[in-house]
Formats: sequence, structure tokens, C-alpha cells
Amino acid sequence: MSCTSKSPWILHYDASSCNGCDIEVLACLTPIYDAERFGVINTGDPKQADIFLITGAVNDQNKEVVRQLYDQMPEPKVVVAVGICACSGGIFRDCYNILGGADKVIPVDVYVPGCAARPESIIDGIVKGVAVLEEKRAKMEGEKRCSRSRGSRS
Amino acid sequence: MFQEQRFKKLSPEAVPGKAEELKAEGYRMVQICGITGEGSTELVYSFDKDHSLVNYNVTVPFGTVVKSITPTYWAAFVYENEIHDLFDVEFEDSQLDYKGNFFRTSTKTPWKGPEAKEAERWERER
Amino acid sequence: MGKRTIVPFGPQHPALPEPVHLDLELDGETVVRAVPSIGYVHRGLEKLVETRDYQQMTYIMERVCGICSMGHGYGYVNAVEGLMGVEVPDRAKVLRVVFHELSRVHSHLLWLGLLADGMGFDSLFMQCWRIREKVLDVFETVTGGRVIVSYCRIGGVACDLTPEHISMILKVCDEVEKEMDWVRRVFFLDSSVRNRLIGVGQISKDEMVELCGVGPTARGSGVDNDARSADEAYQALGFEPILYDEGDCYARCKVRVDEVSQSIELIRKALGDLPEGEWRVPVKGNPPAGQFAFRVEQPRGEAYYYVKGNGTKFLDRARVRTPTNINIPTMTRMLQGCGMQDVSMIIITIDPCISCTER
Repeated sequence: MSCTSKSPWILHYDASSCNGCDIEVLACLTPIYDAERFGVINTGDPKQADIFLITGAVNDQNKEVVRQLYDQMPEPKVVVAVGICACSGGIFRDCYNILGGADKVIPVDVYVPGCAARPESIIDGIVKGVAVLEEKRAKMEGEKRCSRSRGSRS
Repeated sequence: MFQEQRFKKLSPEAVPGKAEELKAEGYRMVQICGITGEGSTELVYSFDKDHSLVNYNVTVPFGTVVKSITPTYWAAFVYENEIHDLFDVEFEDSQLDYKGNFFRTSTKTPWKGPEAKEAERWERER
Repeated sequence: MGKRTIVPFGPQHPALPEPVHLDLELDGETVVRAVPSIGYVHRGLEKLVETRDYQQMTYIMERVCGICSMGHGYGYVNAVEGLMGVEVPDRAKVLRVVFHELSRVHSHLLWLGLLADGMGFDSLFMQCWRIREKVLDVFETVTGGRVIVSYCRIGGVACDLTPEHISMILKVCDEVEKEMDWVRRVFFLDSSVRNRLIGVGQISKDEMVELCGVGPTARGSGVDNDARSADEAYQALGFEPILYDEGDCYARCKVRVDEVSQSIELIRKALGDLPEGEWRVPVKGNPPAGQFAFRVEQPRGEAYYYVKGNGTKFLDRARVRTPTNINIPTMTRMLQGCGMQDVSMIIITIDPCISCTER
């Protein structure tokens, strides 16, 4: 395990969710559930984040914001869609201003269903996200080694 | 626990005058709500004084411009801009006009009556 | 006058749990003008009224906002019951009040935590959220949900309270009250809290009346428009609104700290003489043609519900005007003339709930 996987920093953004999942994400980080004991730290800065927790079904006005936040995160990065709205649009699927899920805008790695998603399942989602993060990092390093060896030959 | 229901009718021209009158009497503006109608949009203006609510139903035919009540109740800009963006009702003399940039929706004025949408599409296709 | 700079604030900001965008026009470090722009959470869920019947709308309305979910259910079902002329049993009325007040305790503790987080007082944030978990345990035990409880149904409540539930609620009340003693001491006396809040974002009573502010924001400026004072269920419990006159962030904080204790008192009284009997009546038929307006005092202030029926099972319109909606103009006014460093504090003290505002 690398340092990143031992202490993943998360970025949370509310993309037109009802707040239910947002407060549960915060509840994960506070006593009782306390994800900080696993080294999970909430950051407000996308440039320092490894895992992007997105809640809500994404609407027309914030899709650019979501895309921008995702682009600002350094590689490797993982997106966890929290709540049924972020997974598929949920109860708001038929609303006129809803795109219907975070994966319509950015690639999603882990889906956490629930309305509102429970803190236990959010933590589970983060842990799954860490595994994906580790996988992506290993792949990235492999590529780097490949290109380096190619570079020395030429 | 039934709260008192007072609904009165009002014409669109009488809105700013009524607002000034109510303000002088010490009423607080509670909200403005839009309702999709056929050929018109209905607005409900609500005011409160000492926990007694009074509502005014205003029928606004499509294309009619309503005078803004923001000179009297500045806080009304939230509702007026919202109704402008969702229902396509024009308000004039607004103190804070977002000019249609309050809500950015994927469909334009989604709450406007169904036959108006139809007419617009017909107009476009022609 | 120096050169003016425009600084964008939000939608993604460490101090904000929710997205709102402000354009701050600065002269040096002082905010001259603030223009809010919203719409980042606009879903258009009121429009679903055309495809969901009035019973199903209860669940949609509860998801206007996850924090004030109980309040939205309470307001909507009361409005529909008013329209349909349903007489709700007394026991259900009191049970709704108990749950509404419990949700106020949870919401205010959540807000106190966010305030502490906003000023960098992390241990206080953690403590407030720890206390709040006790209330969520009650919700989970009784209804199965932690934040979205779906307790109010048209015609009554989802389930009755058993004697075990009641003793659990009373126990939680005692525990929270005991912890609140400590929390109150910190919020009222700690110098780091006082220095950060006193005199910040001041707004006078006259200005508050002018701007039509509601809820704890208005009560912090001494304006009494608490919808609970006019509510029979609350009058029976001897409800008196809590008012402070200073009109600054500190006063708004004190209102909320005191309201937690007040809600606990109300819950105790309500459970003390809980009427026996039915807790739900069957509701048949469709809402008649007509309109009904209902107001309810939510944790963030007065919310207005409007329903219009047409004789079918689909309503013509279900409208909710939430407290933050009307407090946004107030916030804009408070921000004028404040320092850049106080912007986040002022935004937090109106307790903004953006997903309520935009629906």
C-alpha cells in the first residue's frame, strides 16, 4: 500500500442533492462513524484530493462545476457517487432540470446507493474507492516505468 | 389546526398599488408563487401581519408585463426573477433584475402553459 | 476610492456545505456589494406534481431538503389535509410536534457544528455532531431512517410511539440537555467564539422588518414572526419565542443555542400529556378544487406551503417557499460593508439551506 491509500483525502461536492447525503457524508467524518481513524481527511481543495465524493443528480448549471473540479484533481483519482440520485437520478429522475446521475458528466468508479446513503455504506464506498485508487496508481507507475525504459533505449 | 384562509382576487395593474398600501399598514411580504394556467399565468402574492395571512390571486395573460413590487418590498426580487425564468412573466421597474440569469435550466421557461409551448414550437418550425 | 475588485465566492468553497455563488465587489478588504446567484441545486421537483399523485408527493416534498425533511413533510401534509378537510386525531398532532421539535434539535446542533467548523473550532464541531447523533438514533429506532424520516402521512403519522420509544426519547432529552449546558457555556463565554461573532454582520430591527426576514435570523434582531406562536398545538404547550436584540452573528447563535433547550422542554411537555387514541385516519378520495395555504416554523424559519387541487388525484400546484429563500435578501444586505474575512461567518449565520431555496 502506498501513502495515498493509507490516508486518502476526499473532496465533497453537492451537485443538486437534497442535502440528506451531504450531511451523512459529514456524519462519516464526525464521532460515532469517524472515518478519520482510517486516515480519511476532508479537504476543500480539489488539487489535494484523491477521492471525489459527489452527491446529487447533477443539473444543467453545475455540470461545468463538476467537470472542472474533476479536472483539477491530480491523477490517480477516484469518483464515488453517493446516494441513489448520484447513481441514477433517483426520485428526481423525471425532473426537467436533472441530467440523471453523476456518470453522465464524469466517469464514476464506485456507486453507493441509498436515500439517504447510510454512513456505513459511504465508508464502505470510500474503502472500495481506495482499492480502485491503489489499482490506478499501480497502473500509472507501470506505464511510467515502461516509458522510462523506452526512453533509455532510444 | 386550520389556519385562516383569505384569498382575494386582484388585477395585474393593481399589484404595485396594493403592495404600497399593505406596506403602509405594516404587512410583511411572505412570497409570490406562480401557477401554470391556460393562456395565462396565475400569481399568488402573500402578505402577513401578526400571524394573519392574506393572499392575492392575480391572473396574468401571456405577454402582459407586471409592475415589479421591488421598489416597495426589495426582497421580492428573489421571487420575481424566479417567476421570470420559470414562467416567462415579465416584471418592469425591478430594482435587481437578473435578466433571465437567475436559474439556468435545460429547458427554457419549463413552467409556462402547455399550449404556449406548442405555439412556440409551431412558430419555430414554420 | 480605490480600485474595485470582484471576487467570486463559491459554488465550491470549504466554508460552504452547499453550493451558492456570490460575486463580491471589494474596495480594499471591504465588501461594497454582494450579488448572489443561485440555481446550482435547482431540480424542478415541484413540477413532478403533474406525474405523481398527492400521496406520492409527500415523499417528494420530504426530499426538498434532507436537513429540514421532517418540516417539509409536516407542512405539506397539513396543507393537503386542510384542502381536503381531513380532521387529524389529537395524538397524531402531538406526535408530529414531538418529531418536528426533535428535528429542530438535530438541525440546530448541526448548524452549531458548522458554525464552529466555519471559525476553525474543530473540537466544538465534533462535539456538536456527536450530541446530534443521539437524536438521529431516535429517528432510526422509530422510523428506520436517519435523516429522511417520512414520519408525517396524510391523515396522521407513519407509526405510533410505544412506551419504550417514549422512554428512549425522554432519556435522549436528558442527555442532550446535560451536554447542552457545556455547549452553551462554550458558545456564550469562550473568547474565540465571542471575538469572531460579536458585532459581525449587524442588522437592525427596522432593516430586518423591511427585508421581511424570518426564523432565528429575524429573532436575533428582535423581530418576532415565529409561526409557532399562532399554532394551536404549540399554544397548548405554552410556547414563547426566544428573542435577542443585538442583530449580530452572536445574537443569531444565541437564539439557536437557546432554542435547542426550548425544544427539549416542548418535547417533554408534549410527551407528558400525550392524548390517547387514534394516530392515523384513513384518507379516501381526491383533493377537491380549491386552494390552501399553510405556514409552519421550520428550524430555519417560516416556510409557506400552497396547494391547489382540481378534483383529480393530481394536484394543480404544490408550492413551497422556504425560509432561506426570503433570508437571501437579508444576507445580501448584511454582507454590504463587512470585511472579506467575515463573509463566510455571515453566510453561515443565516443558516442557508440552498437545496430548500431552489427546490
